[in-house]
Amino acid sequence: MELTSAIELRGITKRFGKKVIANDHISMEIRRGEILSLLGENGSGKTTLMNMLSGIYYPDEGEILVNGNPVTIASPKDAFACGIGMIHQHFKLVDVFTAAENIVLGLETEGKLDLKAAAAKIREISDKYGFVIDPNKKVYDMSVSEKQTVEIVKVLYRGADILILDEPTAVLTPQETDRLFDVMRNMKADGKAMVIITHKLHEVMDVSDRVAVLRKGKYIGDVATCDTDPQKLTDMMVGRATTLNIDRPEPKNTVPRLEVKDLTIYDALGVKRLDSVSFTAMGGEILGIAGIAGSGQKELLEAVAGLQTAEKGASILYRAMGQEDNAVELVGKDPLQIKRAGVALAFVPEDRLGMGLVGTLGMTGNMLLRSYRKGHGFFTNRKEPEQLAKTVKEELEVVTPSVNFPVRRLSGGNVQKVLVGREIAQDPSVLMTAYAVRGLDINTSYTIYNLLTEQKMKGVAVVYVGEDLDVLLELCDRILVLCGGQVSGIVDARTTTKEEVGLLMTKFKKEGAEE
Amino acid sequence: MNVSQIVQLLQSAVVFGTVIMFGAMGEILTEKSGNLNLGVPGIMYLGGFAGLAASFFYEFGNPDPNPVVCLIISFVAAFLAAALGGLIYSFLTITLRANQNVTGLTLTIFGGGLANFFGGSLNTMAGGVGQISVAVSSATYRTTIPGLASLTIDDFPIGSLLFGYGFMVFLAIITAVAMHFFLNRTRAGLNLRSVGENPATADAAGINVTRYKYLATCVGAGISGMGGLYYTMDYIKGTWANDGTIEALGWLAVALVIFATWRPLNAIWGSYLFGLLYWMYLYIPGLNRSTMELFKMLPYVVTIIVLITTSLRKKREDQPPAALGIPYFREER
Amino acid sequence: MKLSKEPLLRIAKRDEIARPKAYAIRIAAVLLSLIVSGLFIFAVTKLNPIAVYEAMFDGAFGSERRIWVTIRDAMMLLCIGVGLAPAFKMRFWNVGAEGQILMGGIATAGLMRMLGTSIPTPTLLCIMAVVSLVAGALWGIVPAAFKAYWNTNETLFTLMMNYVAIQLTSYCVALWENPKGSNTVGVINQATQAGWFPKIADQSYLLNVIIVMTLAVGMFIYLKYSKQGYEITVVGDSENTARYAGISVKKVTIRTMAISGAICGLAGFVAVAGASHTISTSTAGGRGFTAIIVAWLAKFNTFVMVLISFLLVFLEKGAIQIASQFNLNDFAADVITGIILFFILGSEFFINYRLILRGKEAGK
Repeated sequence: MELTSAIELRGITKRFGKKVIANDHISMEIRRGEILSLLGENGSGKTTLMNMLSGIYYPDEGEILVNGNPVTIASPKDAFACGIGMIHQHFKLVDVFTAAENIVLGLETEGKLDLKAAAAKIREISDKYGFVIDPNKKVYDMSVSEKQTVEIVKVLYRGADILILDEPTAVLTPQETDRLFDVMRNMKADGKAMVIITHKLHEVMDVSDRVAVLRKGKYIGDVATCDTDPQKLTDMMVGRATTLNIDRPEPKNTVPRLEVKDLTIYDALGVKRLDSVSFTAMGGEILGIAGIAGSGQKELLEAVAGLQTAEKGASILYRAMGQEDNAVELVGKDPLQIKRAGVALAFVPEDRLGMGLVGTLGMTGNMLLRSYRKGHGFFTNRKEPEQLAKTVKEELEVVTPSVNFPVRRLSGGNVQKVLVGREIAQDPSVLMTAYAVRGLDINTSYTIYNLLTEQKMKGVAVVYVGEDLDVLLELCDRILVLCGGQVSGIVDARTTTKEEVGLLMTKFKKEGAEE
Repeated sequence: MNVSQIVQLLQSAVVFGTVIMFGAMGEILTEKSGNLNLGVPGIMYLGGFAGLAASFFYEFGNPDPNPVVCLIISFVAAFLAAALGGLIYSFLTITLRANQNVTGLTLTIFGGGLANFFGGSLNTMAGGVGQISVAVSSATYRTTIPGLASLTIDDFPIGSLLFGYGFMVFLAIITAVAMHFFLNRTRAGLNLRSVGENPATADAAGINVTRYKYLATCVGAGISGMGGLYYTMDYIKGTWANDGTIEALGWLAVALVIFATWRPLNAIWGSYLFGLLYWMYLYIPGLNRSTMELFKMLPYVVTIIVLITTSLRKKREDQPPAALGIPYFREER
Repeated sequence: MKLSKEPLLRIAKRDEIARPKAYAIRIAAVLLSLIVSGLFIFAVTKLNPIAVYEAMFDGAFGSERRIWVTIRDAMMLLCIGVGLAPAFKMRFWNVGAEGQILMGGIATAGLMRMLGTSIPTPTLLCIMAVVSLVAGALWGIVPAAFKAYWNTNETLFTLMMNYVAIQLTSYCVALWENPKGSNTVGVINQATQAGWFPKIADQSYLLNVIIVMTLAVGMFIYLKYSKQGYEITVVGDSENTARYAGISVKKVTIRTMAISGAICGLAGFVAVAGASHTISTSTAGGRGFTAIIVAWLAKFNTFVMVLISFLLVFLEKGAIQIASQFNLNDFAADVITGIILFFILGSEFFINYRLILRGKEAGK
């Protein structure tokens, strides 16, 4: 079959603010009758690029051609007019509506709502491509996969023939994924152009005809799937290791501080987020945790902090510095009970202002969050936290008009310094951080690395959840790789390679990998 | 309790129920767009007063007022004045992003103040309390369907029970049915509901969220205002009273929205039930003056129970619109 | 397909605003609203607005008695606002102050009638205060518990609780009617003045001031410096952060609403024992709603509440004065209050956002 060009991008550039270039002069082609995988690490600019096709963002530079004609896509409506439909990771559905109501929502035909006719058309589309969908089912009764089906049908109903799916399999079971891929192949056979954004290599190999790779906002190139293999794609995706020169002293006097055994967590919707995870974090080392976003990192840290309910049979033993023989069981305790048990656990969560800090309060007020219960009096003691705030401000060079200035209004880097400063000030035995340098500039990032290393040398067990493999390789002593809620491997950071970790993240184990 | 007492009770239930039903119907439309407007009592005041004033000035300067003109003038004036109240609320909460609860309460103070202030002045102008004469308008509003209203079957005044009311009683029912149809069977209704449930999704689907919110709130206010109009024109026969009944009925209308779980058809029987509960104390034997007052608590207690049971049962269809009371601003890019 | 143009006006959130500028905007809003109210009065009375404001001032502060009545009413409003502050700080919409006040009022009036001269007034006052606190707290705890455990909508729940309380009041009024057929309770213990606030320094309402100002200062300290106040701030800011820090959101919700309801109940005590010496459904008289606006506009700062309470009561008294002078009715007060509140509410937008004209300041 002759492949005709559906979309051509020429020199597309998108900047956020002055410093961040999300897409840097990207030129590529999307063809009809073909499934194209858009591959790249988190933050490589895949979603941003596709959002410019679906009318969410508007490019700063460059040209978009649909069927050979230059077009302007300024809104989702424009995108539909071009026949482009995007299925986002976060579904945009009204829960109390039925599938059919969601599908016809916002369509510009006047007058009576003919849901019967809509249902007939939906069935027609479903039969054509092999979807299973009940037009009269309410969205809140649907599984994630059914909701995704509604989103896809919604796009097809509007006549889209260029479909972009943003990490569609992230929320699906393997069986559901297979079904989705079958449907995609049917649509391909029907002559539609398909783009699937993903970072799971085996899926790329499984479903796509061609792979285009992005890295740090740049277009690396494209290859026919039949001409490549996961190893080559990993190389394209992660690039060669860059040297960061993070100071990494050898761990010394390592002793177990946190022993996690058979930890299984289900979320509120009953989806398994962690699957019998077991590992030991040692005092005196930094344990890195790598994995694709949403592989269970958040749940793991929150479970240790007492914010998640573990399934029966799990055990998390904590051993304080200097009291290694006295293990405290953390499973079954809430954060207050953990604190009352004398556990010195520091936790820097991912959502800094939403979980770790009180945005409306100043530095002093935030220092108070960990210590306000101190003393038997009715009133809080503000002297110590104020002193601590001043110390943190000075030592970590937090830029703020005063220690009482609302932290919500500080820049991301300063917010993180406040949070990390407070947590370290607790003299923890275990320090957990999630994406500690996300959104920070280089200098602040190094400040954080140094702080973590300092803690490690004190004998603290540091758990570092990260996304940048270069940093994980140079900062950590061991790296635990999570994949789909399971531990897919624990490797020595000094001897492993980026490729090896990358493959573990996507479940492709190289021959002879350690452990 | 004899037959005529039962008929009387049911009739007063229908009359008060109609006031409440209009108020609730407007508020259902408003809340379906995600706006919780606590200004309903104020809006009903505005509607009631504006209708009365319009009729008054027309009849005052006209020796031989035409009933149809009376009707149209007062009807339009009431709707517009009430919708204007909704417009103030919309401008403050949607465009200027002020807090919905605080704005609604202020509107209740303002609307009640304005209506009672001028209502009092109208009384003075007409020569004393109870002297406002909009006899023609009031009579028009109170006209019943000839023949039907006096129908009896075996001495039971079935006609008077079913048809012995002014046209607004039937208009209220028609409004409820029409609104049910609008919300559930039209595209605009679907779009409106999506705005109240999930404005971000509505926005992404190309629906103009701001426009829907403005329209639903203003038209909703206009409909609520009809409750006030019916009360002044029909129930108190075209006069003005500062006794706060409209306010009490306005809050009952807010309660009815919850009781009806945001469904117009439920609001029909719900409003008559509220009317019945409101007046029941007059007909229960053995009640004295004080226990009567306890009885009047019933509509509110029933509403609280409905509120609690819906939150316990968590049945999705019975919940308030998911984005109710939450302002929506599109993320700045 | 058209290229969509940049709109003529764009709205951007302000990063921060200098405090003087924020106050300048608020003052401008109040001035603007006074002009509009002036126009309203002019349209109705055809009087020089300046003369009208003079008359209003006279109404509020024209004599010693007027001054004290103004103070008394401002204190009442402040007391309720102080009660609402912790709830709102926690982002809990307590629209039920009206009912909480009445519950406190019923408790006070009931005890006043029942105990009368049988015990000394100071003891009686203490008992009445405690019971009214408990009554108000109960009225606050019920919706809070349902919110905490089942996430029942608190705005609608507390609103309905008002009307239950109003009917309870009507019930008591009918029960305690005096004289028969008057449909009022009449002044309780008119002869003995048992259970009335005593005069201090020959002023009938000085005790009201002392109680309410103590509460206002206490609440300021409680919210700002106490451990519980800190927990309220954290829960109001982010429930996730609260859980992270080991704070029980349920416990804080219920405890805070107990306090909020209790203070509103105490406001009922002050209204009955310290002002009207009777109970009726208008003992709260809509002040439970007005106080919501007071607390909201003051951003829960009890000292700013003092200012706003006085402003609103001044308007009310002034409007009543014009009404009687020019043969209008008292509802003019509500109209002017409404206008001013609309303007202040609208002005917040200009404090939080700024408007950008097309072409200016590209990016961000």
